[in-house]
Amino acid sequence: MPVSSPSGTKLWQRRTTNAQLAIWLAWLVATTIVVLSWQVISDRTMWMFVEDAHIQAGDLMSRMVPPRWSYIDRLWQPLWDTLNIATLGTMIAIVFGVPLAFLAARNTTPSRLLVRPVALFIIVASRSINSLIWALLLVSIIGPGVLAGIFAIAFRSVGFIGKLLYEALEEIDDGAVEAIQATGATRPQVIAYAMVPQVTPAFAGISVFRWDINIRESTVLGLVGAGGIGLQLEASISQLAWREASVIFLVILATVLASEWLSARIRHAII
Amino acid sequence: MSTLALERARRWRPPPLIANPWLRWGILVVGAGYLYLALNGIPINWARISEGMERGGRFVAAFLQPNFTSRFDEVFEGFAESVVMTIVATVLGILVAVPVALGAARNLAPLPVYYFCRGLIALSRTFQEIIIAILFVAMFGFGPFAGVLTLVFSTIGFLSKLLAEDIEDIDRGQVEAIRATGGSWFQLLNYGVQPQVMPRLIGLSLYRLDINFRESAVIGIVGAGGIGATLNTAFDRYEYDVAAAILLVIILVVMAAEYGSSAIRRWVQ
Repeated sequence: MPVSSPSGTKLWQRRTTNAQLAIWLAWLVATTIVVLSWQVISDRTMWMFVEDAHIQAGDLMSRMVPPRWSYIDRLWQPLWDTLNIATLGTMIAIVFGVPLAFLAARNTTPSRLLVRPVALFIIVASRSINSLIWALLLVSIIGPGVLAGIFAIAFRSVGFIGKLLYEALEEIDDGAVEAIQATGATRPQVIAYAMVPQVTPAFAGISVFRWDINIRESTVLGLVGAGGIGLQLEASISQLAWREASVIFLVILATVLASEWLSARIRHAII
Repeated sequence: MSTLALERARRWRPPPLIANPWLRWGILVVGAGYLYLALNGIPINWARISEGMERGGRFVAAFLQPNFTSRFDEVFEGFAESVVMTIVATVLGILVAVPVALGAARNLAPLPVYYFCRGLIALSRTFQEIIIAILFVAMFGFGPFAGVLTLVFSTIGFLSKLLAEDIEDIDRGQVEAIRATGGSWFQLLNYGVQPQVMPRLIGLSLYRLDINFRESAVIGIVGAGGIGATLNTAFDRYEYDVAAAILLVIILVVMAAEYGSSAIRRWVQ
């Protein structure tokens, strides 16, 4: 037990002197890094602009209200596109993400040495790159439009669904697996009757959760040309038509809230 | 009844996910109808796609031969800015998010404070980072400062919500014990609440560090600093080899962050 005795009487301490020193040093290093980082940002900031930010904010507000409500008539088609991008993207992601999860999970993968690392790399690569960046890439390859948006959402969601599902697969109860194995079932039968039923609720929850996130993300994909309501937002902002932009913000807000409500209802019903 | 039909009727089937057959078939029919409408509504320009396939092939080839050298300075600069933004935004975000989380925990905060903090969290979670970034760039000018503010704002929504839920789930006994000794509200937090939620806070903070790095690559697209601007330029110029290099570095950093943070979490707990 760490004890110090400066004047003869033993005093209890929480840590040894060395541990105390190490912790102090770690704090010193961490603080230095943060301060230096802040220095870099501060150097690259025009403080003049920051100081009159409240004026800019007030100006922005005065340009945004009142919203030009009549503009909403031109938003139904983009909104439908946004919904399609999110839904079809999620469906494609499910089609590819589910097999990927089975290849990546330790207890279902055909080969731990060959297949599993590849599947894990695909999952990480898909997850690391935001759907907006996937959209940039796809717009550059297959041209602007809804299709690029759908695949951008799908590419990002494959990793998400794959990761959560393979983790669920690895955490299943082995008792059911052993029971099915004891009947002399083949490997595909074990997966179909012992593993799939255990992860089906998790799978449904993950899919709905991802669909909800994808609605949010598909609202902004248009900023880089990948279709949906973001396209309208980009146009309004570049024309400085802030009254139209505020209508779009409100429509996005309503859509996101509706999808969140719906996905919460569905998840409650499943679980 | 023949034995065959009897056999078929008695055959075991796995129970369906949705027990009510009307609901099950209803969902299927509605789903099929939706798919038909949605797929018909997508304009597909096959000429443009076949033209794009060749470019896609070039991108895949570029991924195998990423070009780190030709625009090294720009790429390095962008990454340095992203890392710096991530660090500052995560630290500031934690500093702001912890008090908000305390305010949003029903068992600690009075009702008005609770509603205010919950409202803040809901606001931060509803809007995409990129929309916040557009507004902050309009207010604070181009550059990493707007980006940092964006990341701080979205960190609040994430960290405060999850931390508040954890605080609401703590063991009441320890809090009662501290209260019984006559501890003040801050002592209550320090000795009753903080030790119970610390591992979770550390885990969430590390996870958020990882998310902030990934997001910092995106908000550059609208001028809020970081590697996103460089990446956007690379795609605009069809320089797929440079873009591939940037994407590979992002993937590697995220992988490293994931392994590093799980190691730290194991060490802390």
